[in-house]
Amino acid sequence: MENKTASPAVVYADNAATTPVSPAVFHAMEPYFTQYYGNPSSIYSVGRQAKKALESSRETIAACLGAQPSEIFFTSGGSESDNWAIRGAALKMAQKGKKHIITSRFEHHAVLHTCQALEKEGFSVTYLDVHSDGIVRPEEVRSAIREDTALVTIMYANNEIGTLQPIEEIGRICREKGVWFHTDAVQAVTHVPIDVKAQCIDFLSLSAHKFHGPKGVGVLYCRQGIVLPNLIHGGAQERNRRAGTENVAGIVGMAAALQEGCRTMEERRLRLTAMRDRLIQGILQIPRSRLNGDPVKRLPGNASFCFEGVEGESVLLMLDMQGICASSGSACTSGSLDPSHVLLAIGLPHEIAHGSLRLSFSDQNTEEDIDRILEVLPPLIQRLRAMSPLWERIENGQIAYTVREF
Amino acid sequence: MAYSEKVMEHFANPRNVGEIPDADGVGEVGNPKCGDIMRMYIKVTGNVISDVKFKTFGCGAAIATSSMATEMVKGKTIEEALKLTNKAVMEALDGLPAVKVHCSVLAEQAIKSAVSDYYRKRGIDPTPIVGEIPECEEGACSL
Repeated sequence: MENKTASPAVVYADNAATTPVSPAVFHAMEPYFTQYYGNPSSIYSVGRQAKKALESSRETIAACLGAQPSEIFFTSGGSESDNWAIRGAALKMAQKGKKHIITSRFEHHAVLHTCQALEKEGFSVTYLDVHSDGIVRPEEVRSAIREDTALVTIMYANNEIGTLQPIEEIGRICREKGVWFHTDAVQAVTHVPIDVKAQCIDFLSLSAHKFHGPKGVGVLYCRQGIVLPNLIHGGAQERNRRAGTENVAGIVGMAAALQEGCRTMEERRLRLTAMRDRLIQGILQIPRSRLNGDPVKRLPGNASFCFEGVEGESVLLMLDMQGICASSGSACTSGSLDPSHVLLAIGLPHEIAHGSLRLSFSDQNTEEDIDRILEVLPPLIQRLRAMSPLWERIENGQIAYTVREF
Repeated sequence: MAYSEKVMEHFANPRNVGEIPDADGVGEVGNPKCGDIMRMYIKVTGNVISDVKFKTFGCGAAIATSSMATEMVKGKTIEEALKLTNKAVMEALDGLPAVKVHCSVLAEQAIKSAVSDYYRKRGIDPTPIVGEIPECEEGACSL
């Protein structure tokens, strides 16, 4: 639809969905499309150049995560890495009779649906509560661990509400108990410091396009000494562990983006946290609005809200008409009528969970973006509420929602 | 999923939003748990729907179908209004994404519900004329 606003500038506030490739990353990738186009498995010099770029990218990425280059495996992205780690660990440990997996209720669907598929194949899965603050309790992980537990998989930061999980504490518990620990760190990478050794992480998934790298490329970190069964069979790429000609340009871009993102992490954290908190303060002036998830233990660039009496999609469409790109929870809302499993998991009733809005920021956002959102959003909510029979009942006191606190 | 330009136009500029304080019939369908509620008000002069207004809580399609349905029954006789189908509402909007078809069903039911209320207020049992309007049951939209 045509942008009918006076200002043609678009405010992109959906960086948790994807980010633009940064100019430096694009520049780093360019020669690998047309100049160093060789297949890294080839013997001649054009192939060797590609191979060299691949291995130097592996070193860069390993250094950013506190890992060894041999522990880094290139994949097609976060979903593949999650599938590989969880299914691989499950199949491997099943050989020892361990067929129990522990995860949380609000993981990304790449994790949840893999776990559900494994349940159908005879595995049992414990789904831990994430409480009203959206945080898994390490002690609940400890008490869920059984003799036959194969894997604990808990996300680093939630993709919808941005809450950070106590990864190091969970990692230590798993290490102490001798249970493998996987974390989907897709939302966390470049936003919080990650050290796979210090945090006792056995497997970690990341995806380049969430930190200004290209789409369709990611990493599975797999701790030295663990050999998972292959998910993708075929050629001998990735030391026989993951078949398929490597996405060389994508991998070079991912390494450049990760290096840049880690280098500027602290400065970004300070800037985005201040912006985020100003936004939260401003938006919570709207009556009957709420911030989803812990106000402090959250990603610097994430703010998730619910507004009583309005439905999320209509808020998004109205924001879009004003040139503001946002999301109503995960990017999956378009395919389903169900409210977000994440918001239900933190105890929100369906009626409130329908009215959610996620705003997520990156390096490329400015204070002016926050000003614009704070200018546009309140009247827009008011307009939708004015035509909402549900809001009428809320205002008349005919409905009072109770949010489950736990 | 993408909305047609007509859906977006009706969403951006919905027709007939509001209430009719002395309405001759008021109908409400939907369920907040499912994420949409439509309420329609009709004013009947003679046998003709002389005015119609709506209030809707819901997605873009819910608001657009409410707007279109009210446009389509305004100035029509009660009998004509009862012939309004969800399919006609969808066609008038140049189609809806598959997951949003239920919004057009709600719009059709909202009109029927308002007409039923009109009959009831006049001491007439609406069921033989309007038919049963299925309750929106919790779980029907795969909660």
